[in-house]
Amino acid sequence: MTTSDLESSPKRNPLVGLVEGVGNGVLGVFQTVGGLVSLAASVVVWALRPPYRLQNLFAQFDFVGVGSIVLVSLTGIFSGMVFATQSWSAFELFGAESLVGPTVALTVTRELAPVFSALMVTMRACSAMCTEIGTMRVTEQVDALETMAVNPVQYLLVPRVLAGLCMVPLLTMIFDTAGLFGGFFVAVPLKGLSVGTFVLRTQNLLAPADIWEGLSKGAVFGFTVTLIACYRGYNARGGAKGVGQATTRAMVDAALAVFIEDYFMGLLFHG
Amino acid sequence: MSAEQKKPPMISVQDLWKSFGDNHVLTGIDLDIEEGSTCVILGGSGSGKTVLMKHMIGLLKPDRGTVIVDGEDIVPMDDRDLERVRRKFGMVFQGAALFDSMTVYENVSFALREHSNLSEEEIRAKVREKLAIVGLRDIEERYPAELSGGMRKRVGLARAIVLDPKIVLYDEPTTGLDPITTDYVDDMIVTAKAELHVTQVVISHDIASSFKVADKVAFLFKGKIVAEGPSQELRHNPHPDLQHFLQMWFAKGE
Repeated sequence: MTTSDLESSPKRNPLVGLVEGVGNGVLGVFQTVGGLVSLAASVVVWALRPPYRLQNLFAQFDFVGVGSIVLVSLTGIFSGMVFATQSWSAFELFGAESLVGPTVALTVTRELAPVFSALMVTMRACSAMCTEIGTMRVTEQVDALETMAVNPVQYLLVPRVLAGLCMVPLLTMIFDTAGLFGGFFVAVPLKGLSVGTFVLRTQNLLAPADIWEGLSKGAVFGFTVTLIACYRGYNARGGAKGVGQATTRAMVDAALAVFIEDYFMGLLFHG
Repeated sequence: MSAEQKKPPMISVQDLWKSFGDNHVLTGIDLDIEEGSTCVILGGSGSGKTVLMKHMIGLLKPDRGTVIVDGEDIVPMDDRDLERVRRKFGMVFQGAALFDSMTVYENVSFALREHSNLSEEEIRAKVREKLAIVGLRDIEERYPAELSGGMRKRVGLARAIVLDPKIVLYDEPTTGLDPITTDYVDDMIVTAKAELHVTQVVISHDIASSFKVADKVAFLFKGKIVAEGPSQELRHNPHPDLQHFLQMWFAKGE
C-alpha cells in the first residue's frame, strides 16, 4: 500500500524512484545468480546419477564441439593475423619484430582462444540450445518429460552443459593452433621474419602453464555459457515471444559472464 | 456390491490448499475418484483446475492437505518416490506436447526406452498395439507437425498409455478443437476407458464434452468444489454458480 501511495503522491521524491530502480536491478541480478547456482548444483547432482544417456551426450559433443570447429578455426586464424599485423607495426618502431611470435602466442593461448571460443559457442550453439529448451518449455514438452518420470534436468540440461564443459577447452586448443598459424603467416611469409626466429622466440617465452591457463578458462566459460543458455530456456514463459526474449537475455548474459569471469580468472592466475 | 463400495478411491484429495503469493488458487478441495471411473473436473478459466491436476501428479506441493494416489500419500514424497508414483500416470496435454524433434514412433516408444529393457521388436509391437487402440496406423514415421490436431491428441494418448498406467490425466482435451475433432477426441476418451480399464481424470471447461465422457463431474469454482455427481444429477444441481456456468454455456451454444 505504501508503494502505491508513493506512486500516486505528486510530491514523490525522484530519489526514491532511483533507489527503487537500483534496488530492483540488484535484486534481479541476485535472483539470476542464485537461480544459476542452484541449477548448476542440480546439473552436477543429476550428472552423477544413472542412467547415463551417452547417445544424448555424444550428440551434444557433436553439435557443440565438432559443429564449431570450422568457425573457431577461422576466427583463430584471423585473430592471430590481426594481432600479428598490429603488434608488428608497434614492435617495428623499436626493432623488436622478433617478439611478434611470443606476443601472439601468449595473447592467444591465455586470453583470445578461451574467450573467443566461448563466444563462438555462445553464438552458434547456446542460442540454439536456449531456443530449443524454451520451445519445449512453453509447449509443455518439459512437463511431458516430467510426467513420464524422466528428469528434464538430467535428460536435457546435463548433456548440454557437459558438452560446454568438455568441448570449449578442445575448441580452445584448435583456436591456439589456428591463431599461432595466423600469426606465423603474417610474420614469416608476409613480413619476412625468419622461421627460426619466430619458432625459437615463441618456444622460449611460451610455457605449458600458459596453455593450461587457456584450457581451464575454456572449461569454466564453456560450463557457464551453456548453463546460462539452459537456465534462460528452462525458465522461458509465454509463447514464441517469451522464447525470443529468453534467447536474447541468454546471449547477453553469457557474453557478459565470459568477460567478467575472464577478469577474475586472470587475477587468480597472475595475482 | 458392498465389496465394491468398500474399495478405496484411486485418487483421494483431502482439504487441499494452495496459494501463489496473494492468489489463493485452491481453498480446501475434497475429491475422491473411484478406480476405473472417468471424472471430469469442470470449471472456468482461472478456477484452479490445472493447479489441482498438477497436485495429483506431484508437480506441485500443496500448502496444506493430502493427496492419496493408489493408497499412498504423495505430498511428503521426495523426487525419487514421486518418479515411481508418476509411472502410474499417463498424461495427455492440451497441445499434445509431443516431442517435435522425434517421429510418432520415437514419441510413443520414448517411455519404453527409458523405463524398460524390451527388445526393439517388442517395443515395435507395443507401439503398434497402443497406436491401434487409439485408432491410428501407418503413421509411425511421421513427425508431429505433419499430423492434424485430433491425430496429435491420439498420439499423445498412445504415448501416455504405453507403460500401461493405472490413471490417465487429460488437460483440456477439447480446447481449441472444431466440433468434429471434439467428437473424435470424446470418443477416444470413452474408448480408452472401455478398453484399458483405467481411471481417467479430465480437466475441462467444455460442458457438452464433459457430460458425454464423465461418470462423475466435479464443478470447481473459486478454488472449491461446489458441486459434484453424475452428469445428469449435476445438470439439476441448484448451486447458483453452477447454474450460471451452465446457462452461459447453453446460451452460447444456441
